[in-house]
Amino acid sequence: MLRLSSEEMARRAAQDIPDGSYVNLGIGMPTKVANYVSDDKQVIYHSENGILGVGPSPLPGEENPNLINAGKQYVTLLPGGCYFDNAESFAMMRGGHLDISVLGAFQVAENGDLANWATNDDKFPPAVGGAMDLAVGARKLFVIMNHTTREGEPKILEKCTYPLTGMGVVSRIFTDIAVIDVTPEGLRVVELFGDNTLEEVQALTGARLLPPLTS
Amino acid sequence: MIDKRVATYREAIADIPDGADVMIGGFGSSGIPLELIEALRQHGAKDLAIISNNAGVAEEGIASLLRDGLVRKIVCSFPRSAGSVWFEKRFEEGSVELELVPQGTLSERIRIAGAGIGGFLTPTGYGTRLAEGKETKVIDGKGYVLEMPLKADFALIKAETADIWGNLIYNTAGRNFNPMMAMAAAVTIAEVDQILPLGELDPEKVITPSIFVDRVVSEEKKHVTA
Repeated sequence: MLRLSSEEMARRAAQDIPDGSYVNLGIGMPTKVANYVSDDKQVIYHSENGILGVGPSPLPGEENPNLINAGKQYVTLLPGGCYFDNAESFAMMRGGHLDISVLGAFQVAENGDLANWATNDDKFPPAVGGAMDLAVGARKLFVIMNHTTREGEPKILEKCTYPLTGMGVVSRIFTDIAVIDVTPEGLRVVELFGDNTLEEVQALTGARLLPPLTS
Repeated sequence: MIDKRVATYREAIADIPDGADVMIGGFGSSGIPLELIEALRQHGAKDLAIISNNAGVAEEGIASLLRDGLVRKIVCSFPRSAGSVWFEKRFEEGSVELELVPQGTLSERIRIAGAGIGGFLTPTGYGTRLAEGKETKVIDGKGYVLEMPLKADFALIKAETADIWGNLIYNTAGRNFNPMMAMAAAVTIAEVDQILPLGELDPEKVITPSIFVDRVVSEEKKHVTA
């Protein structure tokens, strides 16, 4: 069975980011998507702390301690970029102005419920940040995650067992073995990587999958 | 004549009492009034409720207030990050209460407190654990949670440039929560890099109007950060 690396997953998700879109990339694997958006597309990246037009990392010695992204890494501003306060930044999310938000996830349910901010382990103090606002706000929510946990348990389920981040919010899931859409009919496979079969992917999924539509 | 300059960080925060609700600007390492926080720590007011996006890392900023046992409650969206050891320790031992608020709900609760709004309905958090016990409403098929304003006795904020009336301009993403906190506190104290005479700030570029600011301080930096 073909399993993509996290870099390859980021590359696959980048293909579905349209030219001209305003995009928020979550912390971790979603941030890598920017590395694979092709140069012929112009994409404007939003950072929740108050930046539109986030550019690449600064050269050593040119870091501005105030100019960081949501993951607290130093960034730069591209020409045409701008700054704003946090309330305005979250108005961009909640108000449906962002075209795409890309987030990681612990679990996704077949109705598009997302669980990505807390587990059921109360030993860890909880932290939510902007995850719930991103989940409800963007016009399309892409999830990028491995298809199963390290222990091989499915992460795509009929119902999430972890605390929810948002209800019915996920549009498309990019995993290491397939691309799956959340549709009113249910989870529809969009792409099977390599020679992966629907049966193989179904066996690793905790909810029923619909076959790809034949065009 | 209006002149909101205060000579030292210490004087600027001297009237913060035990039990005060204190907003502190900043996001990660960006736009934090580190000098004012250090002055507050030395001042030693206890049982503080701190309202801020993060809970500090290493020994710096809010982490130093937690370390010294000055904090009773944190209202925060992302208290846990790499190096937030003092928050984790105080949380684990049960000496600090945490009110976890989604980030956009936190900034909007602060903004509406400053704007005189009595509450707002947000889709954020609907159907999740963070909406438990809160009023909800379904409008046109979409669920919303009623969130209430969040004000404070004091706001400690960071800007780049002030004039003597307290008009403020920020540096890049250092703006973050600072403008809303300036509106939402009874007393707003701004730590700045420089204070200009009246008329030297371009009025088209002022981000926080002076009406929201009570004190401005620009002492030489003592608390140098990495």
